[in-house]
Amino acid sequence: MNAHEEDRMKQLLKQALPPPGDTEPERDLWPAMLRRLDARPAPVPWFDWALAGGLAVFAVVFPASIPVFLYYL
Amino acid sequence: MRDGESNVLNNVLDQFRRGDPATFDDAFETLFHLHQRTVFGWLMRIVRNPAAAEDLTVETFWRIYRAHARFDPSREFEAWARTIATHAALDWLRTQRSETELLLDVAAPLASDPAISAEIRRKTAAAFSRLPPKLRIAAVLAVVEELPHKEVAAALGISVTAVKVRVFRALRLLRKDLQRQGITP
Repeated sequence: MNAHEEDRMKQLLKQALPPPGDTEPERDLWPAMLRRLDARPAPVPWFDWALAGGLAVFAVVFPASIPVFLYYL
Repeated sequence: MRDGESNVLNNVLDQFRRGDPATFDDAFETLFHLHQRTVFGWLMRIVRNPAAAEDLTVETFWRIYRAHARFDPSREFEAWARTIATHAALDWLRTQRSETELLLDVAAPLASDPAISAEIRRKTAAAFSRLPPKLRIAAVLAVVEELPHKEVAAALGISVTAVKVRVFRALRLLRKDLQRQGITP
């Protein structure tokens, strides 16, 4: 494609894709943003992770405790 | 911008970046209200569909919300938001089927060249919608919107040379597609 053909394609493309029109939103999007923020998954509290980690360490150090835990589950 | 306003804005940006729970939500809301129109306008230039641009504006600010710690205060917030919006638009375009209503349901051009028939314009728009999304975005911003290559490069996170290559590839593929349909541009 030479320079002339490239210019011709650019002109054609500009003609084919008209201006986007109104570039302002019709409404305030903050309410939609709030809905999106409210829909975020609840974060797991840090102490849940600490408890899980502690149990995992306990199970590694005292493997005999695993059946006892399972019995009480 | 006056010094007072500039200081307030810098303070808001700092609160946003730090993510302190006491001030973060207010800072984010301020930034949203300050920049939602700009982000929407930018997205409209890419997707040309008001409903999609609205959804993508919310998606962009959701990504901004999550990425607050990565915001570089030495960079303009708006430029950062444009980059995130461009990537959100790219992801959206990838999920769309080709030849969707995108670009096809917009009004006729205001000053159309009489030598180019409505049918050729329609087929060109349809062929354009079949191009790979990353080529489409580069072409629509650089050719149709006539933005400087440097600005397009910043929004896409690529070099100016890469923008030129993408635009050239887009035009070449478009020309081939039209030639296959018996149209010699």
